[in-house]
Amino acid sequence: MRGLLPFLGHRLFRALIALWLVSTVVFVVMRLSGDPVPLLLPPDAPRSEIFRVRAELGLDRPLPVQYAVFLGNVLRGDFGRSIHFRQPALQVVLGYLPATLQLGLTAFLLAALVALPIGVISAVRRNSLVDQTAMGLALVGQSAPTFFIGILLILVVSLNLGLLPTSGRETWRHLVLPALTLGAFAMASIARLTRSAVLEVLRADYVRTARAKGVAETLVIVKHTLKNAAVPIVTITGLQFGTLLGGAVVTETVFAWPGMGRLAIQSIYNRDYPIVQCTVFLSALLFIVINFCIDLIYGLLDPRVRSS
Amino acid sequence: MGSSIPASAPADAGVPALTAPRTSRARRTRWMALAGGVFVLVLVVVAVAAPVIAPYDPIRQSLRGRLSAPTLAGADGKAHLLGTDHLGRDVLSRAIYGARVSLLVGLAAVVVGGIVGASLGLLAGFRGGWTDSIIMTLADAQLAFPFILLAIGIIAVLGPSFPTLIVVIGLSGWVTYARVLRSQVLVLRSREFVDAIHALGGSVARVIARHILPNVLSSLVVIATLELARAIVLEATLSFLGLGVQPPTPSWGGMVHEGREYLDSAWWISTAPGIVLMLTSIIVSRTGDWLRDLLDPTLRGE
Repeated sequence: MRGLLPFLGHRLFRALIALWLVSTVVFVVMRLSGDPVPLLLPPDAPRSEIFRVRAELGLDRPLPVQYAVFLGNVLRGDFGRSIHFRQPALQVVLGYLPATLQLGLTAFLLAALVALPIGVISAVRRNSLVDQTAMGLALVGQSAPTFFIGILLILVVSLNLGLLPTSGRETWRHLVLPALTLGAFAMASIARLTRSAVLEVLRADYVRTARAKGVAETLVIVKHTLKNAAVPIVTITGLQFGTLLGGAVVTETVFAWPGMGRLAIQSIYNRDYPIVQCTVFLSALLFIVINFCIDLIYGLLDPRVRSS
Repeated sequence: MGSSIPASAPADAGVPALTAPRTSRARRTRWMALAGGVFVLVLVVVAVAAPVIAPYDPIRQSLRGRLSAPTLAGADGKAHLLGTDHLGRDVLSRAIYGARVSLLVGLAAVVVGGIVGASLGLLAGFRGGWTDSIIMTLADAQLAFPFILLAIGIIAVLGPSFPTLIVVIGLSGWVTYARVLRSQVLVLRSREFVDAIHALGGSVARVIARHILPNVLSSLVVIATLELARAIVLEATLSFLGLGVQPPTPSWGGMVHEGREYLDSAWWISTAPGIVLMLTSIIVSRTGDWLRDLLDPTLRGE
């Protein structure tokens, strides 16, 4: 266990810096955007009313004080009241969180369950037709824009074949296409990286030794190869989960999935900044917490990373 | 495998092909990279010469010629090779003009990200100490969360415009440049000739121009190509979300968004620009991969 705590401490420090940066950028951008008061009041509001609201929001105080108050509020989870929903922003955003988590987890599981076997098969049957097709598709999956993958799936699977619904969140059938779209990039990355991790191990001396002494090929792959390729694969797969959340904004918009990402985009159209602020911050927090957990698992699995 | 004859070593073992490529695989990679470069060049020509190439005005509407399928003789008596959209605008002409937005924002963002990243990387490498720690902590922190969320937040508040888009997309990609330049500075700083240049009164600028930039040029080319693909996709994504280039200016992402509602009746409005975008993204990023294999295999895995 030696070295694990400093490693985690370093990662935790980095995570806190990232969160502080996100909140600072949010604060700076909000102040750059100008006076929010006219948005809150009817256009014919008297000057006294404007001054009253300004004082109420603390906008008449010096910037450093405003910044300190803002950071304090963020720490307490107070992002202000939603203009559109007339409720505390955090409460509104938390209501949309389960849909995003459901979509994200499904997409991640789908990606991992499809990509891991494909990656292993591609490595074992290197340069075969299966390998070349899979890796070709993976390259497309890695560079094609998420939103267009979604549009193509809707066009082909929903509209032309009539197999699955185009949008909404009712049954499990509504979940398939969004999960596939959101998971496409992760699926492609996991498949490619699994393949190279397995190839790496297949080249190792102990695999050659196992083969030379006549161990059955299946046993060589399952026992000697997969066990040793597991650490990099677990890390890479885990890291994809965090990245995947960033794509949720796009996927939810394409499929009208009622999650946090779509809420953020709609709130931008409604000029409901407390909600936008809260979704940005909460997503960043989620991403950072997940990455931290992965670092933790990684640090436990592979002592070598702790020293770096 | 396992042969002791060096000549039969596999070509894909990561041998840098800095001089003339000797194997057929390396030769193929060189041709592919060249083809990718030609593709980008063609795209630039199409973007610059859009008024000459495009058959029609990309924003002129035609009520009579709305939602026309790809045709040689539409309801308005004109040919629309990729059909028309819900306002009767020619999809082909809009896709051609859309290349302007993608390339303008993409290239400008790469320049912004490159300049910021390279300067910060040089600064971190030369100054060391606190400056270095702060810059590298910032870099780590930026990689620790999905930047698209912050980009959306910033653009939502500042309002979408070309400068905002370019700066936000550019800043989202400075980290890789900074890391490469910083490590190059650290490598060179330990060499005696840098001290010699200092001793002889040579300036830092001279060290950068004569010794650092030539060494990292190929890495920078590779990073810039990969960043271009990323910037083009990010711009299209933001435009698709309504946070990028605003109508009626045609952009690929915006066109896919406009066609979203007509997918079941007029599929060509979304698919035409979407396929162009997808091909561009795949070809440019593959070109980056090929260039990396060719020029700088050490970047693999970044």
